[in-house]
Amino acid sequence: MPKKVLKDFEIEYLQVLDENGNCDEKLMPKLSNEEIKKIYEMIILIRVFDQKAFNMQRQGRLGTYIQFKGQEASQVGSAMALKDDDFVFPMYRSSGLLIARKHPIVQVLQYWNGDERGLKSPDNVNNFPISIPVGTHMIHSAGAAWAAKLRGTKQISISYFGDGATSKGDFHEAMNFAGVFNVPAVFLCENNQFAISVHRKDQTKSETIAQKAIAYGFEGIQVDGMDVFAVYKATKDAVDKARAGKGPTLIECVTYRMADHSTSDDASRYRTKEEVQAWQKKDPVERLEKYMRKKNLLDDAYKEKILKQSKETIEKAVTQFEKLEAPDPKDMFNYVFAEMTPQQKEEMEELLGK
Amino acid sequence: MVVSNIVQAVTHGLRQELARDKNVVVLGEDVGVNGGVFRATDGLQKEFGADRVIDTPLAELGIVGASIGLAVNGMKPVAEIQFSGFMYGPFDQLLSHAARVRMRSRGRFTCPLVVRTPYGAGIRALELHCESGESMFSNIAGLKMVVPSNPYDTKGLLAAAIRDPDPVIFYEPMRIYRAIKQDIPEKEYFVPIGKANVLQEGKDLTLIAWGAMVKVCQDALEKLNNKYSVQLIDLRTINPYDAETVLASVKKTGRCVIVHEAIRTCGFAAELIASINEKALLNLEAPVVRVTSPDVPLPFAKLENYFLPDVNRILKGIEKVMSF
Repeated sequence: MPKKVLKDFEIEYLQVLDENGNCDEKLMPKLSNEEIKKIYEMIILIRVFDQKAFNMQRQGRLGTYIQFKGQEASQVGSAMALKDDDFVFPMYRSSGLLIARKHPIVQVLQYWNGDERGLKSPDNVNNFPISIPVGTHMIHSAGAAWAAKLRGTKQISISYFGDGATSKGDFHEAMNFAGVFNVPAVFLCENNQFAISVHRKDQTKSETIAQKAIAYGFEGIQVDGMDVFAVYKATKDAVDKARAGKGPTLIECVTYRMADHSTSDDASRYRTKEEVQAWQKKDPVERLEKYMRKKNLLDDAYKEKILKQSKETIEKAVTQFEKLEAPDPKDMFNYVFAEMTPQQKEEMEELLGK
Repeated sequence: MVVSNIVQAVTHGLRQELARDKNVVVLGEDVGVNGGVFRATDGLQKEFGADRVIDTPLAELGIVGASIGLAVNGMKPVAEIQFSGFMYGPFDQLLSHAARVRMRSRGRFTCPLVVRTPYGAGIRALELHCESGESMFSNIAGLKMVVPSNPYDTKGLLAAAIRDPDPVIFYEPMRIYRAIKQDIPEKEYFVPIGKANVLQEGKDLTLIAWGAMVKVCQDALEKLNNKYSVQLIDLRTINPYDAETVLASVKKTGRCVIVHEAIRTCGFAAELIASINEKALLNLEAPVVRVTSPDVPLPFAKLENYFLPDVNRILKGIEKVMSF
């Protein structure tokens, strides 16, 4: 009896905009000039934010901060494909995503300065608090998507995680549940090549992360994660598919963490300048600017204006942030249960007086 | 009224809540077609459909993690973990997430989920099927921990847990699942979370237990044959526990024995004794005695009976306090 092939698979790679700003018009998603400008302006805003937050940490004006430089396209491109009431389950490197998801900048700063008030999602937007443990939130996203399906709300749910998270059992259980119950979930992996110091090649023997979806019975796609149009297109396709009841998708955004893992890390211990410089050439901002220049959507004056505007917006938020009153210590007790327990009441009184 | 044992009381409670609120879903391993390995969900899938009583993949972290997501987005999941010994896969989900959803989102999101699980030794089950982890779960701020000891409380506490706006661990005493039968109301009723139950009034000694140990205490008191007047308290909720009832009783009797089948070190008796020392030390006539399992991993079936508190050990504990 000859052996036969039961299953074979292919994994698509999507790039719309190359490093030089050349666009494959056949693949270009439908975006108006205004929408393209909006994407650009958001990318600049979050890049300015990221640098400002880093500076503030160095000046002792902010706690530990996690930079996302290099990942602006994967965060903004995907956010643009979502509706406000869709559920977003972010991770610690998702500050840019949160800002693109209407999370007030003041609150993002508050969170990174150790103030829980920063995590409270705006009322009409479903931004779940960011996950600090790696990959443990993906299953919540599957659950929230499942609830949307059971309740018929037409929401989708998306979780953000890195290449390191795909090594965890949590990843497996989340992907498996999402597949088995065919829920409207999108799993977006920002494969930025590093889990702190451990390189992507040491996380998994799989050639791509996208192909892991095959084992769970749904589609996976790898995209150029520094190409905002590719990320937008892949996310939009996945979101539309999910909303139509056709199940989950895994999107692998191939990108690069230009900065250290965190403000406490020193990436020069585990990667070379040459490597960083090579990735720098793929920068999401530069290629978008090149494209927009060709399309007459951007000139020097506009570029300067947007940079200035972004700086003003961030400075305004920083000023507001630094004027905030400290949180009420009673709030430690106020948000544990709907109603405080007798023990908590007693402890609060002991700690803070009547 | 309907005659019911503890497992059937679970089924009655689930049926009542599934019928009341379309957002209540029951999920877990084998809970659907099979009706649960203990039959706690028997017939419910037939009655409410496979979208309400859901067989999940064999993945405890997934069951609890997905329940968190369900709860956050408007559902009321009641997850079954087949044995309490399998609670440690999803432990991270409970500690790092379920317990902190309200706090981390400043109340914007809440996590009203119930995790039901049979706990406790004494039925010669396989290893890691029988642990008593109630004090571990009670050491997590943001979780409630409930342990019923009889059919009436089981239905009433389960209904209260399902309607609770926060996450509740519901520990079901596996050993007495079918040992006690009671008439319980068919109509809706609740047993409030956080309230202990004085099962027997007394003035000489306070005897505190919960879950399967309540029955063992009752057997011990029967054997004691009114030698002392013992106030028996079924704690029912471990976290938040009813300090008021415990302290009022100890202040009255001045003597106390606490029985639990979890091991001694950091067992919940330690917390109760600390609370008694803080607020009723001068009322004590004798040191409080703990009758617990020893600080060893739960032995396999052959030695199980040496491990668990039994009638004789409880009587010994009572005599020790009374003769001090």
